[in-house]
Amino acid sequence: MKLTGAQIFLESLVREGVKHIFGHPGGVVLTIYDELPKFPLKHFLVRHEQGGVHMADGYARATGKAGVVLVTSGPGATNTVTGLATAYMDSIPVVCFTGQVPTHLVGNDAFQEADIVGISRPCTKHNYLVKDVNDLARIVREAFYIATTGRPGPVLVDLPKDVINAQTEFHWPEKVHLRSYNPTYQGHPGQVAKAVDLILQSRKPVIYVGGGAILSNASPELVSFATKLGTPVAPTLMALGAFPMTHWQCTGMLGMHGEYQANMAMHDADLLIAIGPRFDDRVTGKLDEFAPCAKKIHLDIDPTSIGKNIRADVPIVGDAREVLRQMMAELDGRPQELEEFKANIQEWWAQVRKWREEHPLSYDRTSPNIKPQYVIEKLYELTGGDAIVSTGVGQHQMWAAQFWKFDRPRTFLTSGGLGTMGYGFPAAVGAQVAFPDRLVIDIDGDGSFQMTCQDLILAAEHNLPVKVAIINNGYIGMVRQWQEFFFRRNYSQSDMACQPDFVKLAEAYRCAGLRATKPDEMVGVIKEALATPGPVVMDFQVEREENCFPMIPAGGAHHQMILPEVMPS
Amino acid sequence: MKHTISVLVENQFGVLARVAGLFSGRGFNIESLNVAETMDPTVSRMTIVTSGHDGIIEQIEKQLNKLINVIKVHDLTAESHIEREMVLVKVNAEATNRAEILRIVDIFRAKVVDVTPRTYTIEITGDEDKLEAFLKLLKPIGIREIVRTGKVAMARGG
Repeated sequence: MKLTGAQIFLESLVREGVKHIFGHPGGVVLTIYDELPKFPLKHFLVRHEQGGVHMADGYARATGKAGVVLVTSGPGATNTVTGLATAYMDSIPVVCFTGQVPTHLVGNDAFQEADIVGISRPCTKHNYLVKDVNDLARIVREAFYIATTGRPGPVLVDLPKDVINAQTEFHWPEKVHLRSYNPTYQGHPGQVAKAVDLILQSRKPVIYVGGGAILSNASPELVSFATKLGTPVAPTLMALGAFPMTHWQCTGMLGMHGEYQANMAMHDADLLIAIGPRFDDRVTGKLDEFAPCAKKIHLDIDPTSIGKNIRADVPIVGDAREVLRQMMAELDGRPQELEEFKANIQEWWAQVRKWREEHPLSYDRTSPNIKPQYVIEKLYELTGGDAIVSTGVGQHQMWAAQFWKFDRPRTFLTSGGLGTMGYGFPAAVGAQVAFPDRLVIDIDGDGSFQMTCQDLILAAEHNLPVKVAIINNGYIGMVRQWQEFFFRRNYSQSDMACQPDFVKLAEAYRCAGLRATKPDEMVGVIKEALATPGPVVMDFQVEREENCFPMIPAGGAHHQMILPEVMPS
Repeated sequence: MKHTISVLVENQFGVLARVAGLFSGRGFNIESLNVAETMDPTVSRMTIVTSGHDGIIEQIEKQLNKLINVIKVHDLTAESHIEREMVLVKVNAEATNRAEILRIVDIFRAKVVDVTPRTYTIEITGDEDKLEAFLKLLKPIGIREIVRTGKVAMARGG
């Protein structure tokens, strides 16, 4: 029996195991929307396509499965670009389907035409323009395969209207064959042995964990590996939760707003065991002075990440999970040396503990105003830390990363690479769709939240009980902090004191709205929010000019952190 | 240092844009680029001449390999290989210098492929040194236009 392109497309999604789609209809995809109710696919009508991609992205980060987006041509497609770029920078599997004008009109500047394949080329892992309905099922299959394997990433598939409407026999390809795409999963045994040699010889090792550890679901292996060695473990922003932050070996987050002990340990280490990071500038700071005495073992599934910013002494291309298993097997064969190694790093631990005691994370707990850090501490405490947390971008994001102790992978959803303000709320919605019974909290900024808050109505419509905690300082806070430190307190265009009434805004969108303006109102607001079914927006009016510490100035080295005590006044 | 990189790609629309976009997006340099079908009509070969220090060349190779439509990347520079480029040159050919031009053409085993009362159009093939030497000799005579194919290259032996 012949099927239309629209039917083939939807049937292919079902065969791929897709349950949820985030989308917005429009002219050229109407045939797909006409068929949609006949398929076991739940569609969420987003109010802006950017939010739709962030939802699919949050869904993907929380589950590890690909998130799916469906939009129309032209503006529908171009609105997805920020979402795709966000997913691309953080290697998140999102498959985005865009409508396109009929093939005979492509290139004619037709109504709602945009060259989305051209536009999205640099911000997707791969993309397709489907020119023949006979290729459609294969391309859908390949799109999911490419998005979710190797180093994951977003894939866009452009669907011209005539291809959607054309008819052909449906053939589902069980196997994907791509002669030019074969990711490496197993590490080279020789390299693994060299890495273990370096580890056992080191005296001041640090396990530097990146987002790759989460993407490859390597947490159990990472915990076994790290506890076997007993070394400090320093996660990046993208790796929070890969190794339990409440574990004694965890140094807390690395990088520009990382913890003192983590950055000092990186600076002083004689060996970095890098598990799936990409040596991003927000982590390394000044490259010339990054971990100057350390040899580097760099494990990554993407060969381009290795040697891009920092030369690796032992590069290992492979999947974090597989290679950690290989390294553990190698270590198991050398018990004597492992015992010696453990004895040898005791002195190093004494130093790391000293740093920990010298400058733990801190803030002024005596303030009459609500301190943003206090909001996050209380949220953490009152939820027992059992939540999926998303964030926007800026100060609140860093405070969430510092003060929420993530103990499980895929519980922290944040835009690390692109730094997309407005990511938090739709990402939380996506995670809530995937896990309707779990607590999902968007810790957001007043600036970030205003970029994508229109989908509150989607949360209300589907009764998705996302809790939004706005750390509201009436500023684009991180911009203001930089202006304070580096631009003579010239707060040019960072003051957002003129803002909507977030409680009324929530109510206008059929959500509950709550507000706290003083520290003693906070606990009550959080408890009420947690007890309220459905989506809730909490407006925490915090200390306006609180700064985020520690801070490595852009281009600075790890040991040049600005700490609260030496805050420029 | 200059590198000649041979890249086998899927012969599909958009692949050239992916490769070109990779070079421009990451700030890599392209000195010349040549694309044509291979014996297998589903595969095209790109010959890219680029330059940069070792770290850059390593990134270029890795980034090319990362493109889904790229089948194989081969930096020919390190090994024994043959490089050729073809150039069409249109030179002023007045009565006074026609004989000299023909002598140069003869020495370099080039070919005059078009003649007008005022010009010769010459076809020449060779490696970079030969072409540069040839063009240097013609320059004082008056070159009107040059069209170059960009380099193609092949490894020597089996």
